[in-house]
Amino acid sequence: MKPYGYVRARSVEEATAAHAAHPGARYLAGGTNLVDLMKHGVETPGTLVDVSRLPLDTVEEPPGGGLRVGATVRNSDLAAHPLVRERYPVLSQALLAGASGQLRNIATTGGNLLQRTRCPYFQDTGTPCNKRAPGTGCAAREGVHRDHAVLGHSPHCVATHPSDMAVALAALDATVELRGPDGERTVPVTEFHRLPGDHPERDTVVRPGELITAVVLPPGTAGLPSAYRKARDRASYAFALASVAAVLDVAGDGTVRHVALAFGGLAHRPWRARLAETALLGAAPTEDALAHAVEAELGLAQPLRDNAFKVPLARNLAHRVLSELAADRP
Amino acid sequence: MSTAHPPQDRAGTPDAGDGHPDGAAPTRSRVTFRVNGEPADLTVDHRATLLDVLREDLGLTGAKKGCDHGQCGACTVLVDGRRANSCLLLAVAQDGAEVITIEGLAAGDELHPLQQAFLDRDAFQCGYCTSGQLCSAVGMFAEAAAGHPSHVTDPARPAGRGPVELTPAEIRERLSGNLCRCGAYPHIVAAVEDVTR
Repeated sequence: MKPYGYVRARSVEEATAAHAAHPGARYLAGGTNLVDLMKHGVETPGTLVDVSRLPLDTVEEPPGGGLRVGATVRNSDLAAHPLVRERYPVLSQALLAGASGQLRNIATTGGNLLQRTRCPYFQDTGTPCNKRAPGTGCAAREGVHRDHAVLGHSPHCVATHPSDMAVALAALDATVELRGPDGERTVPVTEFHRLPGDHPERDTVVRPGELITAVVLPPGTAGLPSAYRKARDRASYAFALASVAAVLDVAGDGTVRHVALAFGGLAHRPWRARLAETALLGAAPTEDALAHAVEAELGLAQPLRDNAFKVPLARNLAHRVLSELAADRP
Repeated sequence: MSTAHPPQDRAGTPDAGDGHPDGAAPTRSRVTFRVNGEPADLTVDHRATLLDVLREDLGLTGAKKGCDHGQCGACTVLVDGRRANSCLLLAVAQDGAEVITIEGLAAGDELHPLQQAFLDRDAFQCGYCTSGQLCSAVGMFAEAAAGHPSHVTDPARPAGRGPVELTPAEIRERLSGNLCRCGAYPHIVAAVEDVTR
């Protein structure tokens, strides 16, 4: 590993200034993914700007409702937060379905969003990978790609985004607050991660030097019935083959008043199933309606040679979760 | 990798004497933390993990370097009371931390009840994962006592309202970050269960 500098930031201003002042700087929070990638030689920072002690470690209730989650709130603390558990159950469930107890104690909210794909070719500097080394090709497309994308992939990259948390945040219409050299801005989680297209090296829309300061859960989805379901190769501590985050609110007349469905493990970003949602909104959530809606979305799938199994897996997960949420209503 | 260094009042600041020969930014820094109650004052290479420093500088070889990528849990220690993979924590970032390793679990010659339970239940074969299993389980006890839910906890159960009962299913889920390639899991679960009773 190449030697590098280290700066501990004590304020957001200090962090962004240090990032600007050091060429090749990277922000370090929990480091559970960054340090690992440094060991692999995939990340080669010139300087680490440690943001783990910034005063961004609280969950607050803004005056207008919802929750504002500081970027350095640990995954375990967020999952266990009584208000998250009560009002945004899908988020707590998604967090607890990811990683291990000791990793969740280290990993942060901001870092979870910024984690990189676990595509084995991305992590292996001895193989071609357009995400790691643009222009070298994609070894996964014809290689080992059972875990890879079935939606939204490009000829240049078939990687998936590994986060469970981000899938729940996408379904909850959460937003990300960023602070950078040009000031502050807010990005919806659904637009935070990119599809690979011609530039798979760009996972997100984060600009150079920008720092995530918070994730905001909106009042609109607070308290709505929601759930997360994940399929993986072992019962615990594995990345998703496919996962589903769903929010479903059925009105008194038996029609769908609010629905959000997001898939994990299928694409380069959390995949909001807009076709399925459009089909369900205002309709009665019958078994047939749910099946047709999910089918409409997964009709977009373009499986690779060895991962077609993900399509029926995702279909069954989504149908089951929506069906349970529809049946659960008082 | 790192060398012992007298205590300083500006722990965590770069050591100006350890920069690149060409005058670039320093690549080593002074750091102060406590390990098993004893102060440690060191100048560490920024690349050194907490696991590296524990094993190579402080002679505490109980925490094991299994995969070195956060996938096996053999390096699990307690940092500020919380279990963590020491192979993924950079030592330089641990300034001021309170670290407990397997060497610090016993009270003198008296084993921690979980250590005794592992002996009573024969909860290991080769023993390589055992330090991590023990530290992870001790961290888990605190999490469950604080009411933290797990993936298998009933979603309807309010968080933080009293301890979560550590059933075998809860123990298995909560310790899934600690692999045992000998497959001693049934005895590990039994030993942990003994201590929760």
